[in-house]
Amino acid sequence: MSTSETTTEGHEDHEDHEHPSDQKYMQIALLLAVITAAEVATYFVHIGAALIPTLMVMMVVKFFIVAAWFMHLRFDSKMFTRFFVAGIVLAISVYFIFLTVFEFWTKG
Amino acid sequence: MSEETTTGLSHNKLAMWVFLGSECLLFGALISTYLLYRNKFYDGPAPGDIFDIPFTSVSSFVLLMSSLTMVLALSALQKGDIRNNRLWLLTTALLGAVFIGGQVYEFTTFIREGLGYTTSPFSSAFFTLTGFHGVHVSLGIVMLMSLLISSYRGKLTEKNTETVEIIGLYWHFVDVVWIIIFTVIYLVPNPTS
Repeated sequence: MSTSETTTEGHEDHEDHEHPSDQKYMQIALLLAVITAAEVATYFVHIGAALIPTLMVMMVVKFFIVAAWFMHLRFDSKMFTRFFVAGIVLAISVYFIFLTVFEFWTKG
Repeated sequence: MSEETTTGLSHNKLAMWVFLGSECLLFGALISTYLLYRNKFYDGPAPGDIFDIPFTSVSSFVLLMSSLTMVLALSALQKGDIRNNRLWLLTTALLGAVFIGGQVYEFTTFIREGLGYTTSPFSSAFFTLTGFHGVHVSLGIVMLMSLLISSYRGKLTEKNTETVEIIGLYWHFVDVVWIIIFTVIYLVPNPTS
């Protein structure tokens, strides 16, 4: 089927969307800067066993903020999110198995 | 005018998202390999001895803020503000260049301190991972400069915002990869010799 014969009608996933305002982008950047400062602070302030879980949570939050707001996944078609998340899930699954096979979790 | 497609989505944008999904596997491989080898520094410098966290924190902050300037460049073009679009594109490219400059400085410092590419499995994995990321940032700078040249030739207007958006997606992806590298490679406590 040629693309000229197709239509966008009836698709729930279309691309018409409003992007955030410049002020909103700056607020998001400020939030990212604050989280980064908190991450760096963990290098100077010892928080014991909570260090690695805290760093992982902050990393994941920053990742999702950039993907959702700056990459517009929050506003764009869900199809884009599905392709990106598929790559992330596949990568995490494959390399979790890879690290398990090489005994990373037990021997480091 | 955008073409009609079977999905109702831009093929170019979809292709970029599929490409970014595949890039997750590339960087996943490089990060996993680094994690496996980070304790294998033998007689060479250990990661905990050689990493300069305050310096890398500044580089990370610079790259993070380049994501802000990238969305501001897109936003300006969507409003038909060509002047600010050029300003933010140039600023993004310059912030990227500052990050690359920091990486070159870091690499040369490490080499001077005895950490070459083949010094240990740790050094090979570290330089390969961060080097691949640096190449991605450099390619992003080339794409941003191409956009800037197109703009000065009058070929970048509010009718081609999708081109800026797609290159922006690539740029933000490079940023999110660094968010992971900065935490997993630098901030998680590293072994010392």
